[in-house]
Amino acid sequence: MSRTGTAGRKGEDVRSDVWVAVEIKDSGGIELALKSRVDFIYGESIRELIFSGMKHFGIDNARVEVEDSGAVPFVIMARLETAVKRALGEVPEWLPEPGPSLGKPSYRERWRRSRLYLAGNEPKFLLNARIHQPDGIILDLEDSVPPEEKDGALILVRNALIAVDFGECERMVRLNPLPRGLEEVEILVRAGVQVLLVPKCEDEEQIEELDKKIDNAIKKFREKREVYLMPIIETARGAFKAHKIARASERIVALTYGLEDYIADIGAQKTKEGWESLWLRSIIVNAARAAGIQPIDTVYADVLDLNGLRESCLMAKALGFEGKGCIHPRQVRVVNQVFTPSEAEIGRAQEIVRADQRAKAQGKSVAVIGSKMIDPPVVRRAQRTLELAIALGKLNPDWNQEEK
Amino acid sequence: MNLVANALGRLVPTEVNGKPAVPFPGVDRFRPSGRTAAPRIPTALDYPEDGNKVVKDLRTALEKCGIRDGYTISTHHHFRDGDTLALQLFDTCAEMGLKDLVWFPSAAFPCHAPLIKHLDAGVIHHIEGSLNGPLGDYCTAGKMRGLGVLRSHGGRAQAIQDGEVHIDIAVLAAPSADCFGNANAVQGDAACGVLGYALADAMYADKTVIVTNNLVPFPCIPTEISGRFVDYVVVQQSIGDPKRIVSGTTEITRSPDRLYIAELVARFIRDAGIMRPGFSFQAGAGGIPLAFAVYLAEMMKEANVKAGWVHGGTTRYLVQMLEQGLTDAVVDGQAFDLEAVRSIGVNRNHIGTSPLISYNHHSKGNFINLMDVVVLGATEVDLNFNANVVTHSDGRLLHGIGGWQNCLYARCVILAMPAVRDRIPVIVDEVTTLCGPGEMIDVVVTELGIAINPRREDLLGAVKGKDLPLKSLDQMKAEVERLGGKPKKPERTSQVVAVVKWVDGTVLDSVFKLPERY
Repeated sequence: MSRTGTAGRKGEDVRSDVWVAVEIKDSGGIELALKSRVDFIYGESIRELIFSGMKHFGIDNARVEVEDSGAVPFVIMARLETAVKRALGEVPEWLPEPGPSLGKPSYRERWRRSRLYLAGNEPKFLLNARIHQPDGIILDLEDSVPPEEKDGALILVRNALIAVDFGECERMVRLNPLPRGLEEVEILVRAGVQVLLVPKCEDEEQIEELDKKIDNAIKKFREKREVYLMPIIETARGAFKAHKIARASERIVALTYGLEDYIADIGAQKTKEGWESLWLRSIIVNAARAAGIQPIDTVYADVLDLNGLRESCLMAKALGFEGKGCIHPRQVRVVNQVFTPSEAEIGRAQEIVRADQRAKAQGKSVAVIGSKMIDPPVVRRAQRTLELAIALGKLNPDWNQEEK
Repeated sequence: MNLVANALGRLVPTEVNGKPAVPFPGVDRFRPSGRTAAPRIPTALDYPEDGNKVVKDLRTALEKCGIRDGYTISTHHHFRDGDTLALQLFDTCAEMGLKDLVWFPSAAFPCHAPLIKHLDAGVIHHIEGSLNGPLGDYCTAGKMRGLGVLRSHGGRAQAIQDGEVHIDIAVLAAPSADCFGNANAVQGDAACGVLGYALADAMYADKTVIVTNNLVPFPCIPTEISGRFVDYVVVQQSIGDPKRIVSGTTEITRSPDRLYIAELVARFIRDAGIMRPGFSFQAGAGGIPLAFAVYLAEMMKEANVKAGWVHGGTTRYLVQMLEQGLTDAVVDGQAFDLEAVRSIGVNRNHIGTSPLISYNHHSKGNFINLMDVVVLGATEVDLNFNANVVTHSDGRLLHGIGGWQNCLYARCVILAMPAVRDRIPVIVDEVTTLCGPGEMIDVVVTELGIAINPRREDLLGAVKGKDLPLKSLDQMKAEVERLGGKPKKPERTSQVVAVVKWVDGTVLDSVFKLPERY
């Protein structure tokens, strides 16, 4: 068996990460060779951390080489754990101190206008992601992580979920496709993940399996918070099953799709207008609405083209989507803007809801504004707009009472 | 070396490079006396009858200036990292067998690293000017013979004017000049916009040499440096690399975190009511000081507010503001791109200035007092808002002071920077080097929020009820340390290698030699 393991990254262009190499030995105690860009202020504390880690892992004799590019402790901990795990196979988890946002529950109906994807194995983007104010932050274990780094990414994501202050952002993780993703559930539930995104979702059995895993993990850790699911449809097969998938678990709060895989799957050509995915997008919206969950649009790939992004958001909103994925922080604002009701939209919705209340008070079955009849679905949509406006702090929750 | 604690408790020498120095007595506590320096009275009798001051080459000019060992020679930094004249100058001095010269640049750049060989060989005794990169490392390793003297742009002009530094020969690159020595910076392939940094040098040096690659017929129009100050004119093939004269710092940052900070700065300026018709601000090049101006311009458009004047560091973004009618005037200390160079040549509301005029504290009033808001960076700030801009947290020299200290006299001073850089915290218990007293710094903006100096009750009142993430520096510090841990105080030696001057010439702090293991 190999008794050496390395983890993390080093080099001129590496920032906020650390490279750790562990060689397990039979004697000689712990020998540490540390090179750090922040040695002058954190050298001692890094040494202490490494020694306490080796103690935690029950290793008495090893050579540890550390090349640090300004990684914070929870990152150093993750990299050391990964290196030791790669050397020994199994090790006890080594968890960082919980941060202030851990323990906050999420809730089913919360708004999910924007969700920002962050590469799960890249520490430097994790620390400040919340300042860009996406509704959700997705730590990605799937496409952004190369196969040989999946284990290290999972440990880093676990530590980030525990330690980083994600503020008001919903803490999401995109799993690897099942069955691998099933193996990731327990560790993430324990680390307080709020939403799991399930890629390449093709049938309801996958969700049921996942559901059981979550049940078990929640029981095992006596977790009080619920864990929600957002399946991602990325194939023709998944598209045909969209409605069944959307209803496969009580935990499902939203449904979304992945464009590139889908286009490849159906053998279509990508067009600027997106005609090739129009059917898929409509299926997603309809399946989600039929299941009473949120339909969420996919990402917009050109991070520099904010006008293109805006148009894409407007199109999605028109089709019935409630939010969109972001692959760069600069996209968040545009997405939030488009999916936030405007003052005019809020005013119009208030007018409709008031008219409806007046009609009900007068025992009429249909509300009227001016000479126009207001159908019940229009009222429902208006109510939804107002709920969103209230949730986003754009409208006083008591707006209706105030004016009575 | 005798070190005493100054008014802010910083240990400083009482003698700098053989001359007595006054420890900083507190903000606005130092009162100069006497008269400003002046060069000897020249007479036209000593200059060519035909008015043609052109000599064969730089060496000839230096010889005619009577250059000797120990002379102080100045250059300007308008060519930034594209400057080649300083290297040529000291190569020439080395060929002439000169020793112990003092180089007194308005700023040094990475392109000046080859001067280390002249420091090693004794051609240059020491440098008085900003030190960073390899020259900074040379200084903090304790290898330079004299003390480095770090001054603000205004402090440099003050030192020249007050006779604190006597320039024996000023060697000034000029993108265009005539045979009489009239010079400007708006024509020629080395056009750099303005020559403000060279103004005090030309006026106060014993001898002034203009070096140009673009000799124009008399009169050189417009004239920025007057030929009445000029002894000799040297014409040569090249005086710098035009591609690097205006480069690098003029692109808007792409870092989402920095953009966020820049936008927060702009929102603060708007919401605190500083952004009002006729207001003025300073914009810089690169990073947050450039990006905030772009956000602010959008907000000004939205609110239909026009600025009175903007002080730059000028880039195409400021030129756009001028041309779109978002400001009445641009007062330009330094052109950062070719758009700025073009504009100053053609737009009468785009005017050049010099630190002698706009930043000099020993003047009849301080120009910067008229400025409503300035946005600056810093490497460290302590809980009392004292800030460091010259050294890295480990004590290495990182930046020059530039106009930073001078701008602290603006009506609202905002420091904007990330609260943490690769685990290195910016908010600290004690700054490594003190460059700006906290009583002059009003607001600190980081990605974690906005901290207003409690002394500025007016600003605290102005933003009350506004949608801004207000926080104390203590809160920000705690947030950073929660994830990154509390830093240990870095080691340092007690050997002074450079001093930081305040705008009035008093000594604000010392820079110490780094421990060997750094």
